Amino acid sequence: MHLILFFLFAGLCLAGAINLLLQSHPINSALSLIVVMSSLAVLYLLLGAEFLAAAQLIVYAGAIMVLFTFVVMLLNAGREDRTLGSRSARAIGFPAVAIILAVLATIILRAQGLGAAALGEGLSNAPGSTNIEQLSRVLFHELLLPFEVTSVLILIAILGAVALARHGGGERTAEK
Amino acid sequence: MSFLQQDVPLSWYLLLSAALFSLGVVGFLIKRNLITVFMSIELMLTAVNLSFVTFAHQWHMVKGQIFVFFVMVVAAAEAAVGLAIIIAVFRARATLSVDRIDLMKL
Repeated sequence: MHLILFFLFAGLCLAGAINLLLQSHPINSALSLIVVMSSLAVLYLLLGAEFLAAAQLIVYAGAIMVLFTFVVMLLNAGREDRTLGSRSARAIGFPAVAIILAVLATIILRAQGLGAAALGEGLSNAPGSTNIEQLSRVLFHELLLPFEVTSVLILIAILGAVALARHGGGERTAEK
Repeated sequence: MSFLQQDVPLSWYLLLSAALFSLGVVGFLIKRNLITVFMSIELMLTAVNLSFVTFAHQWHMVKGQIFVFFVMVVAAAEAAVGLAIIIAVFRARATLSVDRIDLMKL
C-alpha cells in the first residue's frame, strides 16, 4: 500500500514539476506547482510527519501559491517568449545540472544504512506520544527563542512587502 | 502481491528530492518569466524539505521536521518580499521578461 501511494504521488510530483517547465503561461506553471506541493504533503504524511503535511498544505499549497496566482493575475502576465536561455546557460548550465543529479544519485544509491519507510510508522515507537506532541515539546522548550525570532522575521517581511509594493512610495519620501 | 506489501526504501525519497531539485535548477535556467523563475526557486526549497523529512524519519529525530518548519516560515517571508519586488520591477520596467531586465548586466 505504501509502495502504491509512493509511486502515485511521486509520479504526480515529477509530472507537475516537468509540466511547470513545459508550460509557457505562468498561470499554468503556478497550477502545476500547486499539484507538486499537494502531492509532497501526502509524501510527508507517508513519512510520518503529520504536522508538516498540514503545514505544507496550508502554507505552501494554500497561502504562497494563492499569492503567486494573485500576482500572476494582477500583473496580467502573458505567454513568455521561448528562448532557451543565454548561451552560457545552455553550455555550462545543463551539463552542470546533469552532473549534480548524477553525483547526488550515486551518493544516495551507494549510501549504507538507509532504512525503509513502512506505512503508519511514526518517528518514535513510544506509546502515547504523537508527532505533534514531540514537535511542540522541542519547539516550545528548546527552540523557543528561534521560534519567537521567526515572528519578528514575518513582521519585517510584511513591512518590507508593503513598503516595496506601495505605489510610488519611494519618490514621495524622497521629495520630503 | 508481496511486491506491493513491501516498504519503500528511503533512498527513493532522496532520489525524488534530488530529481525535483534538478528540475528546479533547470526551470531557473530556461524560464524567461520572472514569476516562473521565482516558482522554480520555491520548487528547489521544497525539494530540500523532502530530504529533511526523509532524514528525520531515518534517524528518528524530530529536529529535522522542525528545520522544515523554519524553512517554511522563511519561504513564506521570502515569497511575500520577492513578489513585492516583482511588482515593483513591473511598475518600473513594464515587463516581466528576464531578458529585458538587464540593468546590472555588463
